[in-house]
Amino acid sequence: MAERLMGDSVESDICIIGAGPAGLSAAVAALERASSVTVVDENVHPGGQIWRHDQIKGENPELRVLMNRLPRERVNLISSATVIAAPAKGRLIAETPHGATPISYQRLILATGARERFLPFPGWTLQNVTGVGGLQALVKGGLKIADQRIVIAGSGPLLLAVAAYLKQVGARVVLIAEQAPRRRLIRFGLSLFSNPARLGQALTLKRQLSGIPYLTDCYPVAADGEDKVRRVILQQGAKIWQVECDYFACSFHLLPNLELASLLNCGIEAGRVVVDNSQRTSEPDIYSAGEATGVGGLELSILEGRIAGYMASGNLPGAARLFRRRDRARRFARLLDQTFASTAVLRELPSDQTIVCRCEDVALGSLREHRSWKAAKLQSRCGMGPCQGRICGPAVEMLLGWQPDSVRPPALAARLDTLLLTAELAEGQNTQEWSKE
Amino acid sequence: MSGETFDVLIIGGGIVGAACALEAVRSGLKVCVCEKGVIGAGATAAGMGHLVVMDDSEAQFALTSRSLQLWRDLADSLPVSAEYQVSGTLWVGADDEEMAEVGRKRSFYESRNVRVEVLDPRQLSEAEPHLRSGLAGGLLVPDDAVVYSPVVAKFLIDRANDAGAVLREGVTVSAIHPHGALFVDGTTVSAGVVVNATGSWSPGLTPGIPVQRRKGHLAITDRYPGFVNHQLIELGYLKNAHAVTSDSVAFNVQPRQTGQVLIGSSRQFGVDDPAIEAPMLKWMLERAVEYMPDLTGLKIIRTWTGFRAATPDSLPLIGPVEVEDGRLWLATGHEGLGITTSLGTAELLVDQILGRQSQIPTAPYFPDRSLREDIHHG
Ligand SMILES: Cc1cc2nc3c(=O)[nH]c(=O)nc-3n(C[C@H](O)[C@H](O)[C@H](O)COP(=O)(O)OP(=O)(O)OC[C@H]3O[C@@H](n4cnc5c(N)ncnc54)[C@H](O)[C@@H]3O)c2cc1C
Ligand SMILES: Cc1cc2nc3c(=O)[nH]c(=O)nc-3n(C[C@H](O)[C@H](O)[C@H](O)COP(=O)(O)OP(=O)(O)OC[C@H]3O[C@@H](n4cnc5c(N)ncnc54)[C@H](O)[C@@H]3O)c2cc1C
Repeated sequence: MAERLMGDSVESDICIIGAGPAGLSAAVAALERASSVTVVDENVHPGGQIWRHDQIKGENPELRVLMNRLPRERVNLISSATVIAAPAKGRLIAETPHGATPISYQRLILATGARERFLPFPGWTLQNVTGVGGLQALVKGGLKIADQRIVIAGSGPLLLAVAAYLKQVGARVVLIAEQAPRRRLIRFGLSLFSNPARLGQALTLKRQLSGIPYLTDCYPVAADGEDKVRRVILQQGAKIWQVECDYFACSFHLLPNLELASLLNCGIEAGRVVVDNSQRTSEPDIYSAGEATGVGGLELSILEGRIAGYMASGNLPGAARLFRRRDRARRFARLLDQTFASTAVLRELPSDQTIVCRCEDVALGSLREHRSWKAAKLQSRCGMGPCQGRICGPAVEMLLGWQPDSVRPPALAARLDTLLLTAELAEGQNTQEWSKE
Repeated sequence: MSGETFDVLIIGGGIVGAACALEAVRSGLKVCVCEKGVIGAGATAAGMGHLVVMDDSEAQFALTSRSLQLWRDLADSLPVSAEYQVSGTLWVGADDEEMAEVGRKRSFYESRNVRVEVLDPRQLSEAEPHLRSGLAGGLLVPDDAVVYSPVVAKFLIDRANDAGAVLREGVTVSAIHPHGALFVDGTTVSAGVVVNATGSWSPGLTPGIPVQRRKGHLAITDRYPGFVNHQLIELGYLKNAHAVTSDSVAFNVQPRQTGQVLIGSSRQFGVDDPAIEAPMLKWMLERAVEYMPDLTGLKIIRTWTGFRAATPDSLPLIGPVEVEDGRLWLATGHEGLGITTSLGTAELLVDQILGRQSQIPTAPYFPDRSLREDIHHG
């Protein structure tokens, strides 16, 4: 695969945003018919959330299998490129360290993945309180963790995967606190029996995690420490106790990345990109695959990616072969959502003094004074910082029931010169396409 | 609410309506303020919040300088989140012609006791290292300031509320007459004085007043503390801003207390759509980069637009207008200076309502002054 980092323009028949499992699988499938594809990802290395961090210390085997099927003559991989605007139909602008790159496409596949969901509680902004996937990425990036005491809390299968990884690299995982109620997890556990492969994975994971307590109905009420986190206060039913630790990894399942889909006018419902049987979005010639369409794990991401790749390259039979497997995996994904949905009690965690918006240091109390998101945002500056509400928005929605506002260009912070190029390419276009309020 | 009678009913909860409400209630009047949406979410949320003494006409000077005095009086009681900061204005001269303007401005301000300082090219680049080299100089007006206006509007409303003013938020007025207003939900409020302070919406409630919407674009960066130190405005601004009939942009850059850089601005007539327009945004950003090349590398986190309420002579409309069955009061038409002049406007309005002597002449802002489309001062 040819890695490019330049700022000149790119023409492509099929363009894929996101080089995670979904995006790379889409590329492999598309190449069965298409002569070339373009893959754009904001990170230095391909592989997405799950694989890219392994690139630092040698290649992940699963990723290598995929990459071997993506010959550099036929795949234009544009790394370190963040797509920030869609100035006109069939046009995108990516920002790279070398300048803005205009990308034109006939068909587009959005495989933008998901990010961790954070909910505020007292002490969540202390040093060494991280996301769960975030801590894994830090360790893969070189953070020394051997013999450090780690508490993992929040929700979702990611807690288990990361615990197993951290244990394997020598950390002392003290316990895992899952907020979901035990009865939901039992139902979820039973469903694994209908899928032997998943059951096998689950049993392997269970073996790897032996000796680490896995508590359900259990959530953090606070993190505490002076300079950095020293202890976590946990609650399970009526029981409240404290656990000493050096790192506290906490996140509440995952959230699809919707900025690009929203910028492109693709239908979004229940926090995910709406797709039909063929992974088509509501917009012509735009497909979506992987966690952007709902959090469903690796297998579903790969299947959706392949279907989208086949469809975008006009290979209907290729796609149709995978529908049943994809549907089965998707049912499992919906079960994941139900199982790990946040319980109402999490709304009670932050106090009025707890910071909700980290960019602008806004505490929950100063939001509660207001009648609407608009008023709260205007007065407190919540969501006005560099992340533009990507972190606090979901928390505010859960805590106060307010819907955050629309995406507009730049969808993600962009350099001024990138914006200039974007505006240039949009000139003469209907202004509504460039910006919708 | 129906049936209740007030001395003064103010329509519009932007910074102008908010300031008028506080001034009226403090003067002993029984006040009601109505806002259809959220306090301070109209032009007040879109504007740059530059508090500036202007010299383009005697009347503009009188109102802006009186207002700056009132801002200084208010400053100590403002909450920190109002981000009141005396950053000063630095008028940037690109060439000899604009330096002649610096000289003219200097004598105008000095003769009226406004502190100013002329900067040569070296002093200019010391004051603002990111300005391009080769500029001719500048004029520093050190006592001008910057605020975050939505917080000020809310602060003024809350103060008015505490002093007894009634606030109706989330209700749209559908019609006004000299003795009250009718709301879309069918309720009415009666008052001795009805003030239209709805900014760019004001002709909707008082048809025929000479107020036009003038659209502006803005962009804001991530935090870069120290990148810009003063509110910077090119002197070509005056020529541009006065080109009433055509679109224009000007280099107009502001340091926020957060370390962010706010980049303006554009002016357009005849557009009602709030969408960002690529050509205007591009033109505005290019103009900014012409003066400050290093801006190109800064991260923009958001862009937006707003509407100014413009009048033919660039002065606001403050006072009564005669209609069929009595008088309606106006506090609108502040164009690009309404944050600055909100406090002075409130004082002038309430002085007129109560028949009090004003600090500055009131006649230049009377809504019934003769306004011909082609007249403007300066
Ligand atoms: C933090 C985190 C850690 C995880 N760790 C594990 C784990 O250890 N084990 C496990 O089984 N599963 C893990 N998962 C789940 C796993 O990532 C998913 O099941 C699966 O990999 C999703 O694949 P995807 O291709 O849909 O998305 P991703 O792998 O997330 O790939 C999407 C890619 O698109 C890029 N992108 C998004 N927007 C833009 C844009 N505008 N411009 C350019 N590029 C863009 C992203 O940076 C990313 O590289 C993790 C998920 C997260 C969020
Ligand atoms: C791009 C831009 C930059 C600017 N920069 C500056 C600057 O640096 N310095 C400066 O001093 N000024 C600046 N201004 C001008 C300033 O923002 C305005 O003059 C000022 O905010 C006007 O305040 P207002 O209260 O009259 O209007 P608004 O803030 O618009 O308030 C009017 C209110 O009336 C309400 N309303 C409307 N119709 C009804 C109805 N029927 N019933 C009930 N309520 C109604 C609206 O919801 C709104 O809240 C700028 C303006 C723009 C657009």
